[in-house]
Amino acid sequence: MRNRAEKLVESLFTISGFVTSIVIVLVVVFLFSGGVHLFRSPSIEHGYVVAVNADNPIDRLSPAELKSIFDYEQTNWQQFGGADEEILVFRLNDITNYFSEEDLGENFEFVSERISQLISENQGIIAFIPQEYAGENFSGKEIDGGTISLSEVFGGKEWLPTATPAPLFGLLPLITGTLWVSFFAILIALPFGLSVSIFMSEVASERVRGILKPVIELLSGIPSVVYGFFGLVVVVPLVQQIFNLDVGETGLTGSLILAIMALPTIITVSEDAMRNCPRAMREASLSLGANRWQTTYKVVIPYSISGITSGVVLGIGRAMGETMAVLMVTGNSAVIPHTILQPLRTIPATIAAELGEVSSGSPHYQALFVLGIILFVITFAINMCVASISAKHKNS
Amino acid sequence: MNMIEVENINFYYGDFHALKNISMEIEHHSVVAFIGPSGCGKSTLLRLFNRMNDLIPNIRLEGKICIDGQDIYKKGMAVDSLRKNVGMVFQRPNPFPKTIFENVAYGLRVNGVRNEKFIAQRVEESLRDAALWSEVKDKLKKSAFELSGGQQQRLCIARALAVQPTVLLMDEPASALDPISTSKIEELIHELKPHYTIVIVTHNMQQAARVSDKTAFFYLGEMVEFSDTKKMFLNPEKVQTQNYITGRFG
Repeated sequence: MRNRAEKLVESLFTISGFVTSIVIVLVVVFLFSGGVHLFRSPSIEHGYVVAVNADNPIDRLSPAELKSIFDYEQTNWQQFGGADEEILVFRLNDITNYFSEEDLGENFEFVSERISQLISENQGIIAFIPQEYAGENFSGKEIDGGTISLSEVFGGKEWLPTATPAPLFGLLPLITGTLWVSFFAILIALPFGLSVSIFMSEVASERVRGILKPVIELLSGIPSVVYGFFGLVVVVPLVQQIFNLDVGETGLTGSLILAIMALPTIITVSEDAMRNCPRAMREASLSLGANRWQTTYKVVIPYSISGITSGVVLGIGRAMGETMAVLMVTGNSAVIPHTILQPLRTIPATIAAELGEVSSGSPHYQALFVLGIILFVITFAINMCVASISAKHKNS
Repeated sequence: MNMIEVENINFYYGDFHALKNISMEIEHHSVVAFIGPSGCGKSTLLRLFNRMNDLIPNIRLEGKICIDGQDIYKKGMAVDSLRKNVGMVFQRPNPFPKTIFENVAYGLRVNGVRNEKFIAQRVEESLRDAALWSEVKDKLKKSAFELSGGQQQRLCIARALAVQPTVLLMDEPASALDPISTSKIEELIHELKPHYTIVIVTHNMQQAARVSDKTAFFYLGEMVEFSDTKKMFLNPEKVQTQNYITGRFG
């Protein structure tokens, strides 16, 4: 009887172990499968074509070039190796500037013809029109936008996922935003975290520690949206005032909030590591005439350095992956920051803010998955660092 | 004047009366062994000599302990310099996670010695005094954890010797070691005796008999007997001592 019960429990454990592993693998597979097609999709928006006059020698334009044309930044075909001809930008809703309602027909049945006519009449035109209007008797020449390329995504400096005719998926602003915010968060959190953990493990009396430790552990239980709210109400105006800025929603604001959020991790892990330093080590140091401070920084810290590093790296991991609070206080502007006092945007915040608005399977959707993959790879690398550090510690 | 003078001390851990009315005198350049069953207070007394018990909360000491003519519990006593003067070797080898060289140099460095040449010289002397030099002279830059347990313990002795203390406290220094390492430590104690006053706590009666000039027997916080080692082991005054050293209890 007992034997059977044991077997049952054992198989339950086995099953739950398998299920958990499979779920984890599935999540990773899902992430990668969602992002993998991005580099095969055409860069020009699905269902639309970009067309030029048939005599125009240009037949290829990159998404960035298309954007510069449609933003009126480049106004002459010469810049793209064509004739010295003014560029005429045409979008479908410009059509009423050229034709009367009668020309277009009661039910817009002549739109296609009119567009074709317009394109053939204007040497310098570039038109962004729905595919259906570029049918059989179309006089224009379709521009080949190519597919979304790796270099444009990983080297692109602009994240404009809804730009027309070709969205730009340059990840650099988001990656740098994430790195900047995390870097400054750690820069702020590290000195405070280490001082508090040294204070708690080496200086504070048992009573003080007994009060402080639960309070700090409580900090890690506060939902991140509450931190974000706090940041918005308290830190944003503060940063704005102190640095005399137009907006207080900056990278620094995000870093401050993240630093507060990473503190409990850094403090608890490194404090535990320092308290794990054997009493014999401290006594050996003290017995040689070292004072308490010398003992702390010459023996306790070197002894627990791997634990402290783990705490710090885990704190970085927390900062990197944090979404809500950062989304609320960093200003969400996807530009490469030049100073930390500018609004910026992180990877998780981008995913959270945009995923709800994209159509499933579109390049934008896939680009968000690529962001997810990047985040996954970064945090995975961080976790590997922790693992290797603690493995190193065990060996010594 | 004697090296260590203990005048009628009482010591408490919270409510627990750990040492009761103890007085003793330890002469210069002598080896004194503390013996007694576990929990009898011998380690506690030893750790009073370099104020190592200060780390423990809720302790109280009554009475006076003088080392080298100085009341070590008087107000304003520089504990750091006391501990520099009174070295200690612990029950288990506890080298620092540093190189062999840095382990020995540690005491010098924390006491403000900057002269590298002097440090190197002291490290070599200390390692020679601890009979470890020939075994480690080619791997001074290696981690101390690569040494065997017995070597680590001698390294800890070298580390204590490096700051040139006058008193050396040993808290069961050989209890975690094999017989060969133990005999090396005992030989070492003999060699160190002319230069240091040594107090050694031990559970091993033979060891006490082999290494010490005088022996103190503790039982339940009291010092039952303190006399010449020979006399103590051949002809103890008290029945309790007799029973303990003949192995009838403890």
